[in-house]
Formats: sequence, C-alpha cells, structure tokens
Amino acid sequence: MIKILKYSFYDLMRSRWSYVYLAFYMLLGFVLLFLNSDLSKATITLMNIIVVLTPMIGTIFGIMYFYNSREFTELLLSQPVKRSTIFLGQYLGLSLSLSMSLIIGLGIPFLMYGITQSDAVGNFITLLASGTFLTFIFVALSLNIGLGNSNKIKGFGYAILMWLFFAVIYDGLFMISLIVFGDYPLDKFALGASLFNPIDLSRIMILLKLEISALLGYTGALFQKFFGTNLGILISVGVLLLWIFIPVMLMLRKSLRKDF
Amino acid sequence: MRILLALFFALIFLQSSGQIMVCPSCEIKDLQQAVNLSEPHDTLIVKSGVYPVVDLEITKPLTLIGEKGAILDGQNKSYVLKLLADSINISGLKIINAGKSYTKDYAAIYASRANHLVIENNIVVDPFFGLLIEKSKHGIIRNNLVYGENVKEDEAGNGIHAWHCSNLQIHDNEVFKMRDGIYLEFVDESIIEENYAHDNVRYGLHFMFSNNDDYIGNRFEHNGAGVAVMFSKFIIMKSNVFINNWGPASYGLLLKEIYDAEVLDNEFTENTTAVFIDGTSRINYVGNVFNKNGWAIKVSGGCYTNRITGNDFKGNSFDVSYNSKMNDNTFDGNYWGDYTGYDLDKDGVGDVPYRPVKLFSYIVNKTPETIILLRSLFVDIMNFSEKVSPVFTPDNLVDRTPAMNAFK
Repeated sequence: MIKILKYSFYDLMRSRWSYVYLAFYMLLGFVLLFLNSDLSKATITLMNIIVVLTPMIGTIFGIMYFYNSREFTELLLSQPVKRSTIFLGQYLGLSLSLSMSLIIGLGIPFLMYGITQSDAVGNFITLLASGTFLTFIFVALSLNIGLGNSNKIKGFGYAILMWLFFAVIYDGLFMISLIVFGDYPLDKFALGASLFNPIDLSRIMILLKLEISALLGYTGALFQKFFGTNLGILISVGVLLLWIFIPVMLMLRKSLRKDF
Repeated sequence: MRILLALFFALIFLQSSGQIMVCPSCEIKDLQQAVNLSEPHDTLIVKSGVYPVVDLEITKPLTLIGEKGAILDGQNKSYVLKLLADSINISGLKIINAGKSYTKDYAAIYASRANHLVIENNIVVDPFFGLLIEKSKHGIIRNNLVYGENVKEDEAGNGIHAWHCSNLQIHDNEVFKMRDGIYLEFVDESIIEENYAHDNVRYGLHFMFSNNDDYIGNRFEHNGAGVAVMFSKFIIMKSNVFINNWGPASYGLLLKEIYDAEVLDNEFTENTTAVFIDGTSRINYVGNVFNKNGWAIKVSGGCYTNRITGNDFKGNSFDVSYNSKMNDNTFDGNYWGDYTGYDLDKDGVGDVPYRPVKLFSYIVNKTPETIILLRSLFVDIMNFSEKVSPVFTPDNLVDRTPAMNAFK
C-alpha cells in the first residue's frame, strides 16, 4: 500500500496541477496579507475561501484523477495486489498531496508575516486543520462517485452536484426549514443539522473560534456551549473523522464488488 | 468703601477660621466628634490613619479633606458618609467596607438635598453603591475612583448614581466592576465628561428620564451591556469611545425612546451591536466610526426621521439591520466598507447607490436561528441576488451618495 501511496503521491507531485494549486494558495496568502497585514482579519477572509474552495478542489481533483489513472489502476488490478490496498493507496496519495499544497501554500506567506508570534496562530491552525479534513472528506466522496459511474461525463456531473449540494443547496434547505418551522424551538435541530454537513461543521467551528459566537445570540450560546467544551470539540472532530471513515469504507466495499 | 473693606476682612476671617485636624494622635480622634464641634464652613483635615465611620451625618456646610493615607472604614454596617446640607466638599478620602444590603441602598457617600456639592479625588473600594446623589443641584463629581468586585447584577449597586438632580458635572471618574458604572435617573442639564467605565456587570452608563444632558469624551469598555440611554430628550453624545462590549446581550449604545439627540464623532469598535435603536426619532448620527462590530446599527420599530450622515462603516458583519420594510430614516454620504461601486467623475462620491441592508440581515431578524449560516456561500449568493434586484429589503433605504474613501 505504501508503494502505491508513494507512487500516487509522486505522480501528483510531478503533475502541473499540484503546482498550480500550490501557487494559487501562495498567491492568495500573499495578496491577502499584502492588502491587509492584520493577520487575524486575513484569517477570517481566508475562512470564507477555504470552506468553499477546498471541498471543490478535492472533488474535482478526486474525480479527475480517478478517471485519468483508470488504465494504470486496471494494470495494477491485474497484479497480485489487494484491491483495498490499491484504492486506499491512491486515495491517501491524492488527499495527502492536496493537503500539502494547502498547508505549504498558505503556511509560507503566513509564516513570513509572523503568524507564530500573533494571537491568530490558534485560529490559523484550526483553519488549516479543517481545510485538510475537508480535502480528505471530499476526495473520498468523489472517488465513490467515480467508482459508481464509468461514464466520465456523468461522474463529473454527479461530483459537481455533490459539491454544490454541500456548499450551497444544503444551506438553502437548512435556512428554509428554519424559516418554515420558526415557531418551534430549533436550536437542537440547527445543531444536529450542522453536524450532517462537513462544510457547515467546519465553518461553524471556525466561526466560534473567531469569537463571532456572540453575534449568534441565544442560538450561538447553545453552539458555544456545545463546541466550546472539550466534549463538543471531540464530538465535532469525531464527526469529521466519521465523514472520512464512512466514505472510505464505502469506497473500499464498492471497489471489491466492482467488475472492472 | 469702609463697609466693603470691613466685609472683605470679615470674609478673610471667615475663611481662615475653623480648621479642625483629625488624626489618631490628635486631640480629636473621631470624625463624628469633629463634625459635632465644627461650625458651618469649617474645614476638617483628616490626617493619615484608619477611622471607623458609620452613618456620619453632615448637616452643615463643611469641607472634609483627606490627607494621604486617610481611610474611612464603614465596618460593613451601613452608609459611611451622609451629606445632608448645601456646599459640602469631600476630597481625598479612601472609603472601605461600606455596608451591603438587599433591602437598603447603602452607599459609601450618600447625598440628599445637597446643592453645590463637590466630591473629588476620592477612592471608594467595593461599596454597595459608590456615590449616591439624590435631589441635589449644581454638584461637581470629579476624579473619583470607584470599584468593586461584583459579578452578579442583583448583588451589586451602581458606581455613581444620581437621582432627581440637575446641573451636575461628572467628569474624570473611573468606575469598574460595579453594576452600572454611572446611572442617571431624572437628571437634567448635566455634563458627563471624560469618564472611564469598564468591566461593569450591567451598563457602563445608564440614562433614564434625563433631559438636556451632554456626555462627551467618555470611554466605555467591556461592560456587560454597554451604554443604555432611555426615555430622554435633547441628549448630546460626542466623541465617546465604545469598545469591546461583547457578549450575547451586549450593546455599544442602546437607545430607547430618545428624541432630538445628537450622536457625533463617537468610535464604536468590536461591540456585538454598536448602536441599537428602538423608538427613537430626530436623531443625527454624524462622523461616527463603526469598526469590526457584529451589527453597526440595528433598527427596531418606531424610528423616524433619523439622519445618518458622514459615518464610517468598516468591517462590520452587518452594517444596518431593519426588522420591517418601512423606512423613514436617511442614510446619506457614508463610507461603507462593503461598497463595490465606482466613481467615474472622481469627486469622491460613488456613482452607484449603496444598499446597506442585506437580505440575510432581514432573514436573521425574522428567524434568529438562521444566523448560524453566517458567512456561508449560500448567504453570499442570496445577498448578491437581492442586491441586484431588491425585493425584501426596504427599497428606499439607499445611500445615494456613498463616499469612496473613509473619513477617518
């Protein structure tokens, strides 16, 4: 598995897109800090971008890589290697290289502007951690879609739709249900609903970290109570891990049964 | 001429007469004794030392001067000083252990019907009420430091509390960790200047039914709920700093039922809600800076003909929030950090009108729970489409002359 992981990882490291992705984040970091050298403010702006962009890049890269390396995968399958090893290796290689682009790309500019000495360092680490989580989650989800659809166009369509659903449509449905059922106590519902969407979950975790919690009024008080405690943080990290674990398991199951 | 001269000497004589020293090793060791012995307009000089004082009533015009290290110990019993006559001067004292009660308004310095009062340079440590002034006119309260260790509203009194007074000058005081820093009820024609109220459990400054007052250059920091001004008319609020009043129920400035006031050149930084207005009319907001607040201006019902001009709005989560579609207030010539328009003729005024109320802030007003969607992509898309064609937000709520650059 390590060999396949290594191969996928180096393959991606050599590819142009990893550099483009890295360069994009680096540029973003520098421009943000150039326009506004207040690190904590830049972290807030970055949040908006990370929460939307990392899932999208993860999804698109995941599905693209799956279809592009199909022939190589088929070659591997003919060798005496376990299927789960092949796909897990590919998955980890892809997710790791994307996460590294993110961490290095944003890390360098923020380090150069002295993030380690500022108060925003905790927030920044939370930001990178949730970006990494989102990458791992969405790569797994998109590989699932790839395995389920041999038709490239269909696969791409579903992947984009999946991203759109989590990034936009879910929040829309969420908001509508909050408005429609406004006469009922909705705090617990809101808390539960946010756990079912990794993008929302990481967004809210970062929001609460950035002390915007007071804005959230009494709903926020509940959230603060939940996410502010160690138990809450453990639960939300646990949920994020589940969000990685379940799609990966599904992917492995699918890969075992699939007739290539 | 002779009569005048006689009068002049008489005055000098009066002035120089009657200085009474109080100290642990003097002839007069007790403050009560000193007050009993004194004639009106005498000066009592309190030397360094700790003096037990409980319910000391001063019923004649006296000057009480504490030298360095003079401490009045209230022994946790009752009031410490009760000022019940005109022209009393209290300065330089440190008052500790004033009584606390759930049924009586015990205060370190209590004044009733005491006109032309001067209270200055005193330090009051952990009292129930710090200074409690009732039915007094033309008083001066300056350079005092009042502080407690309160955390609960119902166990605390106010730092400087004035009730039914007029023409007071309250300046350069510092109050912290009390219930309200400065509380004014039925106080007219007074000036509150350069005070510093911070870390109080409830409000930094609390105004009720007080008219024609000015408060200028005060600093309100990290109070439970900021500053509240209620049921008052003709108030001028100028050059104050409202900073870090941050919490689920906090405001920088809470205005309720205020008419004909001026809010000028204030700075609001990092408050949950910088200005909350409810039932306020004919108020001018000019030259204020709203920086990094949750809500810069939150408008509740019944606010008419307010004018918001020449203010800076920078980095607030919501600039203006309305809970209805009706608008009778004008927003003109402000600088909006979120403004994305252009200025072709380079006159510093944007050519595209700016709509400060976002659809999302309207929805949050209707259903507060939706705030957890703050900063999500869906909300951005929704706000954008509302900006292009307004449906839900008040359509006449527009800044037609938004400034391109910040004023400050």
